[in-house]
Amino acid sequence: MKKIQGRLILLISVAVLSAVFSIPSFPAIFDSLPGWVKQILSDRGLALGLDLQGGIQLVLEVEEDRAVEIAVDRSKKMLVELLAEQHTSTGTIERVGSTMLVIPVSEKEVQDQVSKLIDDSFPSFVQNEVSDTHMRYALRGTEVDRIKKSAINQALETIRNRIDQFGVAEPLIQRLGENQIAIQLPGIKEPQRAKALIQKTALLEFKMLDEASPLRLELPSQVERVKEKDILKKFGSRLPEQDEILFERTTSKEGDRSYSIPYLIKKDVVLTGDVLQDARVTMGDFSEPVVSMSFDSKGAREFEQITAANIGKRMAVILDGNVYSAPVIRARIGGGRAQIEGSFTTEEANDLAVVLRAGALPAPLKTLQDLTVGPSLGRDSIEKGIRTTLIAGMLVLVFMAVYYRLSGIVADMAIGLNLLGLMGALSGLNATLTLPGIAGIILTIGMGVDSNVLIFERIREELRQGRPIRLAVDGGYEKALVTIVDAHVTTLITGFALFVFGTGPIKGFAVTLCLGIGINLFTALVGTKVVFDIFNRRKLQQLSI
Amino acid sequence: MIEIIGKTHVDFMGKRKMAFVLSGILVLLGLFSMIQIVRGSANLGIDFSGGTAVQLKFDKAFSIERARETLSAHGLPDAELQEFTQDHKLLVRVKTSTTIEEEIAEKIVDLFQKEFSDYQIVVDSSMSIGPTIGHKLQQDALIAITLSLIGVILYIATRFEFRFGVAAAIATFHDVLAVLGLYYVMDKEITLLVVTALLTLAGYSLTDTVVVFDRIRENLRQRRRDTVTTIINNGINQVLSRTLITTATTMLVLIPLTLFGGEVIHDFSLALLLGVIVGTYSSVFVASPLLMLWPGAEGRLLRRG
Repeated sequence: MKKIQGRLILLISVAVLSAVFSIPSFPAIFDSLPGWVKQILSDRGLALGLDLQGGIQLVLEVEEDRAVEIAVDRSKKMLVELLAEQHTSTGTIERVGSTMLVIPVSEKEVQDQVSKLIDDSFPSFVQNEVSDTHMRYALRGTEVDRIKKSAINQALETIRNRIDQFGVAEPLIQRLGENQIAIQLPGIKEPQRAKALIQKTALLEFKMLDEASPLRLELPSQVERVKEKDILKKFGSRLPEQDEILFERTTSKEGDRSYSIPYLIKKDVVLTGDVLQDARVTMGDFSEPVVSMSFDSKGAREFEQITAANIGKRMAVILDGNVYSAPVIRARIGGGRAQIEGSFTTEEANDLAVVLRAGALPAPLKTLQDLTVGPSLGRDSIEKGIRTTLIAGMLVLVFMAVYYRLSGIVADMAIGLNLLGLMGALSGLNATLTLPGIAGIILTIGMGVDSNVLIFERIREELRQGRPIRLAVDGGYEKALVTIVDAHVTTLITGFALFVFGTGPIKGFAVTLCLGIGINLFTALVGTKVVFDIFNRRKLQQLSI
Repeated sequence: MIEIIGKTHVDFMGKRKMAFVLSGILVLLGLFSMIQIVRGSANLGIDFSGGTAVQLKFDKAFSIERARETLSAHGLPDAELQEFTQDHKLLVRVKTSTTIEEEIAEKIVDLFQKEFSDYQIVVDSSMSIGPTIGHKLQQDALIAITLSLIGVILYIATRFEFRFGVAAAIATFHDVLAVLGLYYVMDKEITLLVVTALLTLAGYSLTDTVVVFDRIRENLRQRRRDTVTTIINNGINQVLSRTLITTATTMLVLIPLTLFGGEVIHDFSLALLLGVIVGTYSSVFVASPLLMLWPGAEGRLLRRG
C-alpha cells in the first residue's frame, strides 16, 4: 500500500516539476503569469538552435603570424623615430619574414649606438647577426608566443565588443582550440551586416597624399570597381619607392553605380588608429551623417603637429587599406578631433563608429566556416517537421489504445510523461534544440514505445499460459524490465561516447539521447507499474490489454 | 485481446544461408562506399568536403535549365543543382576548397538576384565551409563511433557473453554500412545530418538485437534438451509480435516524416526508415546466426548437457 502511494507521489511530483521547468520555454504562457511566479522560475528555457531559428555561425581563425608582423612593424617605426631623434643614421630598416629586422649600417661606432639603443629600449629583440654591412635583430621566441596568445584574446574581446554594440540576443563567442574563434548569432535579421561588422580588421591609418609626383596626373579620376587591379598593374612598376596606390570606393548618388577613385599615397603612416579614443555619428554641414573621432592626448598632440606641418596638403583617412576620405588640411587642428565624411547612410556611419570604438583587430581573421540560415527556412523546417511528427505521434497513441485497450492508454500516458520529463530537463538545463537533437528525441520516444510494447507482449504471453492476472502482470514486468534495462544501457553507452567525443551537432544528439534514456528508464521502472498495481488491488477478473 | 499474429513457428535459422548472401552484398556495398568516401569520390556534403551551399527560395516556378546556364555563364559550370519543386526552392552547391576566399556564396546570391530579377528571391540558407574543418569533423565522428562500438561490445559481453557482444556489434555495424551503401548507390549527399541518422539507427538496431538476445538467453537457461538452433528460432518467434508492433509504430512516424516533413529532414528520415528495416532484419538474420557461427568451444551459456 505504502509503496503504491510513495511511487504515485514521486510520479506526480516529477510530472509537476517538469511542467514547471518547461514553462519558460513557452514565452506566451510565461508572460501571462503573475510577477512573483516569474521570479522563482528561470527566465530562459529551451533555446532553438540555428538550424531551427535562423542565424549565423562563424568559425574564424586568427592569423597569428600577421599579428606578429604587425607588432614588429610597430617596433620598427618606433626604432626609426628613436634613431632619428638621436641623429643616428642608418640605411632603410626592413622587416624580413615575420620576426626579423634588418638594419643596414657599416660603421662600427654607429653599430654600437644602434646596439645600445635596442638593448635599452627594445628588450624583446635579440641580436641575431652582425656583419660589415648589416645588423639583424629577431623577436624573442617567448615574445612571439606572447603576441600570438594575446592576439587571440584581444580578437575575442574586440569581437565581443562589436557584437555587444550590435545588440544581438544571446550571442555565443568562444575560443576554439588554439587560434580559432566560434561565433553564433541566433535569430539575427541582417546576417551580411553582422558578418561585415565582425570581420572588419578596422586598421585605421592616416597617410599623406603624394601631391608632388607627376604620376599623379596620369591616374584616371575614377574607374570601375573591377578595374582596380588593372590600374595597379599598369602603374605598379612606375611607382616611386615610397608611394602606393589606394582606392576610395563610392557609389553614385542614385546608388546604382559603384566605382573607385585612385589616390597616390605616401606609404609612411603618420598616425594610427590606436590613438583613437571615441567615435560618434554626428550630422555634417549638409545634414549627412559623418563619423566624428576624438583622439587621446598623445594622439591629439601628434595630430596637431601633423596638421600644423602640412597646411594646404591633403591627408588620407584609410581604413583596412581603403581610403575613406582625403580632405585638405586647412588649418592646424588642436583638440584632437577629426571627422570622416563619405557618402554614408546613417547605418553605414553607425557601423563604422562601432568598429572604430571597439578597436582594431590585432590581426586579420580568416573565415573557416560560415553558416547562415535564413529565418524562413528555420520556420519552415520546424512547422513541417513538427506538424508531421505530431500527427504521426497521434496515430501511434491511437494505435496503442486500440491494440492494447486500457493498458494502451496507460502506455500513452507513460509516453506523455517521457516527453514532459524530457522537455523539463532540456528547459531546466537551458539546452539548445537542434535538428540532430530532435533526432535524439525521436529515438528515445521510439524506445519508450518499445518498452511498453515489450511489457505488454510479455504480460499477454503470461496470460496465454494461464497465469492468474496478478502473477501475469508481475511476471511480465519482471522479465521485460531486464530487457528494457539492457537495451537502454547499451544505447546510453553509445550516447555517452558520442557526447564525450562528438562535436557540435553530434553532441546535441547525444545530449537529448542520454537525457531521454534516463527519463525512459525512470518511467518504465516506476511509472506504468504503479498503475497496474492500483488496478490489481481491486482483484480484477479480466485485464484490459 | 487483438492479436496481429499468434504463436508462430517460422524457421528463421534455416534461411540463414540466403540471408548471409544478402547481408554480404550489403556489407560489401557499404565497405566500398566507405572507401570511396575516404578517397573523396563519394557524394559528400560540404560539411565534410568543404565548399559552399546556397539554398534559394523563389516565389514561383522557375526553370532549372535557366539556372544552370546562368551559373555556367558566370564561371560556375561545376555547380551541383538540386530542385525542390513543391516549394520552388533551389540548392546550389560548389565543392571546391577555395569557396570562402572567393566569396562564392555572395556571388551566387548576387548573380541570381540580378539574372532572375523577374522573381522574388529569398536566401533560405548559405553555408561556406573551409576544408580543414570538414576533415576534423570526419575524424571526430569516426573516433566517437569507434569508441561507442567498443563500449557496447564490452557491456554486452559482460551481461551475456563475449560472442554475444561481438555478434551485436557486427550486426549494428552491418546496418550502418548497409544504409551507407544504399545511400551511395542512390547518390544521396552524405551530410552531418545523415551521419546523425546513421547513429540513431545504430542505436535502434542495437536495442532490437539486445531484445532478441535477451529472449534467447532466457530460453537457453531454461530448456536444456533442444538444440541451439531450435532455441534461437523459438526465441525469435517469441519476440516476433513485439518486433512487428514496434517496427510498425516506428514506420507510422517515419513514413509521413519522409514524405511530408520538408526537404531539410528528408534525407535524415529516409536514412532512419531504411535503417529500421535493415535493423530489424539484422537482429534476426545476422546477429542470431552469428551466435551459432562462433568458432571454438561453446560458451557457458550455450553449453549443452
